[in-house]
Amino acid sequence: MARRPDCSLRAARRRAHRLGSVAVSEDEQLLAGLRAGDEAAFTALVRRHHSSLLRLATSVVGSRAVADEVVQETWLAVVRGVDRFEGRSSFKTWLFHILMNRARSAAGKEWRTQPTGDVDADRFDGAGLWSVPPVPWSDRVDDRLTAEQLVPLARKVIDTLPEAQRQVLVLRDVEGLPAADVAELLGVTDGNQRVLLHRARARVRSELEGRLGAP
Amino acid sequence: MKLRSLFRGRRRDLVCREAVALMAAYLDGVLPDADRLRLEGHLAGCPHCSEYLAQLRATIDALGRVEPDDLPDEAVDELVGLYRQWRQG
Repeated sequence: MARRPDCSLRAARRRAHRLGSVAVSEDEQLLAGLRAGDEAAFTALVRRHHSSLLRLATSVVGSRAVADEVVQETWLAVVRGVDRFEGRSSFKTWLFHILMNRARSAAGKEWRTQPTGDVDADRFDGAGLWSVPPVPWSDRVDDRLTAEQLVPLARKVIDTLPEAQRQVLVLRDVEGLPAADVAELLGVTDGNQRVLLHRARARVRSELEGRLGAP
Repeated sequence: MKLRSLFRGRRRDLVCREAVALMAAYLDGVLPDADRLRLEGHLAGCPHCSEYLAQLRATIDALGRVEPDDLPDEAVDELVGLYRQWRQG
C-alpha cells in the first residue's frame, strides 16, 4: 500500500502531540484564526479533525448518516462556542468532548461500563504461566518488519473491537490524547480507561499475531 | 545472606499473567515503584513476557500511525457553507 508523502510528518506530529507540543500549537494558531473569523482556519481545522470525529461518532451512534449529523452539529458548536473556550484542556479534548456529548444524546444512551478482567486469558495455564506463549514476530517475518507494515492490519482490527474498547483505543493510541482527558471524555475512571485500553491493545496484538503468524 | 533471602521471601515473584496485566500501567508510567521493579525483574527473566511487551509496543506504534480517512472535498465544502451561513446569520 502506497503511503501518502506526509505520512511520516503526520506521525511525527502526532508523537509530538503526545508530548504536548507541535500539533497542539498548530491547533491553537488555527483557533486564534477561527476567533478572528478566518474561514481558512475553519477549513483547516475541519481537514485536520473531521475524519477522526466521524470515526468516533460512528462508533457511538452506529449509523454513518447519524454520525454525519452529529459531526456537523459539533462543528457548529465549535464556531458558536470558540469565544468561550478557555484553553484549560487542549482544543482536541474540547472538540471530542462536544462530539461525545452530542453523539451520546443522539444515540440515546449513556456510557455502559464493560466487564473487566485479564487479557489473553486462554493463553495462560491455571498457575498463570504461559501455556501458549506469544509467537515471536521476528521469527515469522524478516527484519524489514516495520510499524508501516502493521498499520493497515491494525486499522482493520480497530473496527472489530467492542464499542468501549474502540473508543478508548482511538482516543488514546490513534489520536494520542492523554489518559486523564480520555477518562474524563468517556466518563470513566482513570483505572477503567486503562483496563479498556489494555484489553483493546491486547486484542489488536493478538489479531496482528494471528496474521503475522500464519504459515 | 540471611537478610537477602528474607527480603526475597517477602517479594513474591509475579506470574506471567500478572506481569501482562501490569503492562498498561507500566507503559503509561503510572505503575508504583514496587510493582515496576517486580515487573522489570520478571521481564529480565522471562523471554515470553518480554516478547509480549515488545509486541504491545509495536502495536501501539502501528496504531499511532493510523491515518485519518481521506475527507472528500464535498464534505469540506458543505461545512464551509454552514460556517458562512452562521457567520452571516
